[in-house]
Amino acid sequence: MTTIAANRPAMDGKALDLTGKSGSRAFKNTLATVLIGLCFLLALIPLLWILWTVISKGYSLLFDAAWWSESQRGITVRREGGGAYHAIMGTLIMALITAVIAVPIAILGAIYLVEYGKGTKLARAVSFMIDILTGVPSIVAALFIYAVWITILGFNRVGFAVSLALVLLMLPVVLRSTEEMLKLVPDELREASYALGVPKWKTILKVVIPTAFGGIVTGVMLGLARVMGETAPLLILVGYSKNINLNPFDGFQGALPTMINQDRTELSLQPAADRVWAAALTLILLVLLLNLLARLVARFSTIKSK
Amino acid sequence: MSSTDGTAPPDRPADGKKLELGPVGHLGDRLFSGMAHGSGGLVILIVAFVGIFLLALAIPSLARNESSFLFSRVWEPGASPPRFGIAALFYTTLISSIIAMVIAVPIAVGVALFTTYYAPKRLAAPVAHAIDLLAAVPSIIYGLWGILFFAPILRPVINGIGSALGWIPIFEKPPTADVGVVFTASVVLAIMILPVVTAISREIFAQTPIAHREGALALGATRWEMIRTAVLPYGRSGVVSASMLGLGRALGETVAVLIILSVPNANDPWNSSIFAGGETFASKIANNAAEFDSPEKTGAYIAAGLVLFVVTFLVNSAARLIVARSAPGGKRPRKIRRIGDKAQTEGAAL
Repeated sequence: MTTIAANRPAMDGKALDLTGKSGSRAFKNTLATVLIGLCFLLALIPLLWILWTVISKGYSLLFDAAWWSESQRGITVRREGGGAYHAIMGTLIMALITAVIAVPIAILGAIYLVEYGKGTKLARAVSFMIDILTGVPSIVAALFIYAVWITILGFNRVGFAVSLALVLLMLPVVLRSTEEMLKLVPDELREASYALGVPKWKTILKVVIPTAFGGIVTGVMLGLARVMGETAPLLILVGYSKNINLNPFDGFQGALPTMINQDRTELSLQPAADRVWAAALTLILLVLLLNLLARLVARFSTIKSK
Repeated sequence: MSSTDGTAPPDRPADGKKLELGPVGHLGDRLFSGMAHGSGGLVILIVAFVGIFLLALAIPSLARNESSFLFSRVWEPGASPPRFGIAALFYTTLISSIIAMVIAVPIAVGVALFTTYYAPKRLAAPVAHAIDLLAAVPSIIYGLWGILFFAPILRPVINGIGSALGWIPIFEKPPTADVGVVFTASVVLAIMILPVVTAISREIFAQTPIAHREGALALGATRWEMIRTAVLPYGRSGVVSASMLGLGRALGETVAVLIILSVPNANDPWNSSIFAGGETFASKIANNAAEFDSPEKTGAYIAAGLVLFVVTFLVNSAARLIVARSAPGGKRPRKIRRIGDKAQTEGAAL
């Protein structure tokens, strides 16, 4: 505004004013800047608020050694004590099984899309279905596994069934990120390998995959972070157990989300509330740690394009 | 490679054999290619199976259903004969997700613009990561935080809108409802889908051709005018598709909604207000997981899940189609594309 005022006299009253912007335009520009900045601040509030809530209410139990080594066996909502060992192990075991099943399929699927199927109709169909799979709600994945595992095959509700449902959710995440990484591998590397007479499969295994390895690890971690926090499949496919159960094929199994869910209606009781928030903090820490590691791996292993 | 000693290649053409360029046909290659193809096919099979199995298990229950599945609001799958319809679930699911989208998209666009064009370069990446972290918070924690800490501050908003616009049925404030209402769930859902919409919008905005942006600035546009005339038109279809993906997320969100929404009493009359409680497809299914004792009852919930699957399928397909339609030539509005194409053909002629 001041620049306009200062410039006007210099223009000697001429009509053409190229130097400044009119008041309303400058105002709109400022208004937009302020609004866009506000949007950002507004988006930050829930993140900080949630983190603050969970940390301030949950941190105290985490310093207790029992939290990491004991289960909730025999402990009622009114009693203090016990730990989350059963739930942490349950979450980790289910996530591990999920990864063992999902990662090979995801990597091979990505290899198909980038190395074999490029441009074919089947590849387009696969790519479309991955997008659909990305959007499948976790509850639908859980119902599907329920239909197959329990209604049709007649098995029981166990941790392994949860893992199967989580495979559906993890698969598209890992596949897409692996695909992106494989696309970044320069063709010169493949051609150099072919020129040396290396067969295609060995080129993929020994040249393409190692080059993209960091990115693939990032994708796996982000996929794990996504499935660890899922609650819906746990609610439908496995019962919550307060005891330590390390066998995903037999009996109910605890997990951090269901541990939170178990006591969330008893939050008026202090011991239960403490445990709920401590479990929430443990879960957030696990997920954030995976996210952070994923970013670190990504930073140190980006494929440098020339 | 078996026979690549120095003399082999020159001999080949003389033998009249085809020059062997690629090691095609090796066992390893065939195996590996087969596994890769198989994994690709498996992805298609999984999605197909989800639809087929859900349908197969829903049909027997649907056949015995005495109510209109699509238009009834009754939900008594345990009765004999079973009576259940999805009208109420469909309504609550759709309205909560649409409100979430309406709240989230403008803010997401603002955040995306902030990180791409307003934040100082050094701040942009950490800022983007911070918003991405919102996506890392498990939904059960959103639910707990939402109902215990966030819902109370929404109370004045609910009361305000309720008393000002209460004469419109969907804003009517029922005397019994507290904060565990559709509106609260919508706002929390909006926060949950914010990172998804932001991330995609950010990517699209960052791709705006530098020529468009600098062209606008060179013509004397302010930063906002540059964004309005160059960045937003370019990113429009991307933002639309990001919103659809966000909508898809909101439609299927389970636990947060389950915790926040209070389930109305079975005897209360149905209420279309967003300031009343209710149940979505996902929350209904998760809430009644303990009731999956007979195949018939389970079938009713599976039928509801199937509808949710079909709806998210359609929404996500639409999102993808929007992207695909505008992909190869860049996500540009028609007018600019015409100019751009002309410039491209001229460039090619040169």
